[in-house]
Amino acid sequence: MLVAGLDIGSRTIALVEWDGAQVMRAEVINTGTDPLANSRRLTQGRAYDRLVGTGYGRHLVAERELADEVMTEIKAYAIGAYHLYPDVQTVLDIGGQDSKVISIGPGGRVLRFEMNDRCAAGTGRFLENMAHALGISVEEFGPHAMEAEGRAVTVSSMCTVFAESEVVSLIARGEDSRRVAFGLHRAIANRTSAMVSRIGLRERFVFAGGVANNPCLRQLFAETLGVPVTVPDNPQILGALGAALHAAQTNV
Amino acid sequence: MSEEYRAMWEGLGINMRRHDMLLTALPEIFQQIYLGQQQRPEAMGFFDFVVSQIHGIRVKELMDHKAKGGKVFGTFCVYVPDEVIFAAGGIAVGLCGGADFSVPTGEQILPRNLCALIKSAVGFKIGSICPYFQAADVIIGETTCDGKKKTWEILNEYVPTYVMDLPNCRTAADRDLWISELKRFVDKVENVTGNTITPERLAEATALINRKRAAMDRLFELRKARPAPISGLDALLAVQISFYDDPARFAQKTNELCDELAARVQAGQGVAPAGAKRILYAGTPMPIPFWTIPALIEGAGAVVVAEESCTGTRLLAGGQTALPGDGIDRQLAAIADRQLQTNCACFTPNDARIEDILRLAKEYEADGVIHFSLSFCQPYNLEGIRVQKALQQAGIPVLVIDGDYTQEQAGQLKTRIEAFLETL
Repeated sequence: MLVAGLDIGSRTIALVEWDGAQVMRAEVINTGTDPLANSRRLTQGRAYDRLVGTGYGRHLVAERELADEVMTEIKAYAIGAYHLYPDVQTVLDIGGQDSKVISIGPGGRVLRFEMNDRCAAGTGRFLENMAHALGISVEEFGPHAMEAEGRAVTVSSMCTVFAESEVVSLIARGEDSRRVAFGLHRAIANRTSAMVSRIGLRERFVFAGGVANNPCLRQLFAETLGVPVTVPDNPQILGALGAALHAAQTNV
Repeated sequence: MSEEYRAMWEGLGINMRRHDMLLTALPEIFQQIYLGQQQRPEAMGFFDFVVSQIHGIRVKELMDHKAKGGKVFGTFCVYVPDEVIFAAGGIAVGLCGGADFSVPTGEQILPRNLCALIKSAVGFKIGSICPYFQAADVIIGETTCDGKKKTWEILNEYVPTYVMDLPNCRTAADRDLWISELKRFVDKVENVTGNTITPERLAEATALINRKRAAMDRLFELRKARPAPISGLDALLAVQISFYDDPARFAQKTNELCDELAARVQAGQGVAPAGAKRILYAGTPMPIPFWTIPALIEGAGAVVVAEESCTGTRLLAGGQTALPGDGIDRQLAAIADRQLQTNCACFTPNDARIEDILRLAKEYEADGVIHFSLSFCQPYNLEGIRVQKALQQAGIPVLVIDGDYTQEQAGQLKTRIEAFLETL
């Protein structure tokens, strides 16, 4: 058996191939402006017994008959997290344009979930724009903020557009860019922690999605939530993994 | 239909360019959401026709009525008693504010952080886009929320707007206040129409409105069947049309629809597979053409079995009005007592609404409840918190969301609704 999970997110597309026992291939590419063509390229030449689509572009790939079935990324993340950590109870997924908190019940079932408001505040897109405003790469953004050693310049705006101009004026005022960066990270952590609290934090707490690659946010969540934070080795593929596992289960 | 009615619209002062844009967009949306549905009842043909003629035939009827000296009352709330208006020979039309199309126009004078319903309605008036609004001789507002209260003062500069003072509590003094407001309303309606409301005419008009309510009651009763005999979208459309169609014709056409549904129920036929999840909608009204929420729910394979909403069960609260024969005062008290069973979130306390939702979830065998509130609607947004808690305590799955008429949030809402359905 060879099945696949395809997670078409707003920033990246993740593919996981699963043979019933292990991951055969895991890949992450940029979504770009043509997610369908990029999805096709990613799966080109492969014959799957079943492919399950998830993420923002799930209906697009199902309509074009690339996926046999679709599921929301919320369910996919729950399945993926439960597979890696059977004792998981709370999953935080921060992706390119939204963030979600999922409360997991017995068997990896979704009990409840919360999603951020419709704007990009506190998501990967926000981090990307702020890193850009400070003139550094998104990969370097977390480590850069950690160099502030806990001393933050408070950034009051969480709107991507307003925060960018605030950052520009802070820098123009001569503020240390590391402290501004740390202030931005802390603002995201506070905002997202409130969402986690709303749903009720229970351990084990798993942090996934592209933003989980950011070490500063991992540390801040551990501090603000007061619990250990588990991050999978490849946090970006959790949804695709969940979709692939579901494909294996429904492949009859 | 356009050509036939252009002169009428021009006579009403309609902004023809904007109106043409609206009438071009609507059929496409309707086609996409409605006409692709499976197993639609044949009797929905009437309601489809009404939509296809949305600013035509009925407006023509209103204009004919006006030509004979009749008056048209535009209303916004189920607390405004149609019975009184019809008793004076007037016609009541529930004005809608369900289109994103007119929201930017409304925002020309109103703050952005106001619910889409008010902005849409005001946009229709100040943009001269809605012939029903144009045809209305007087608008009847009411004090259900701060947004509406203050908007009436502004709207009054564009069209005469009369305001009924709906109390926000439920003491004996509040009931007395509402009865006195109904009396004041009788005077107003008599004044506008020049006709006297006698107990006989009020009894007659109440019987007419009762017939319309009975037909809708029957529709909602039939929706309890498993499998559901009609989609939530189709039932909502009928309810939306009840706000402006002729009451007698509406009752007849809805009863024809119910006859067909009754046969379906008898035969065990449904619109959705037997395993489809049954959803109870609760929250703010869905004025025509706001179909987004049931479209998303039913597009994901579930079926909406009832709406706890002013475009749903709240419209039917209190059932039939039983009128005592002796005198206007006692008749108005009977109307008030029927109306005050409508559990609008403008009341405090409003535990009865929470009890309604729990009861409806049970009666309609709902697998889950989706509570939707228009953004910036404080009464429903805030009450959603207690509704959520009560449903969770009762072990009934619930999703609480808010939004407006734009498509901006459709992707997120779709994910939320689909993920909720996955958990059921």
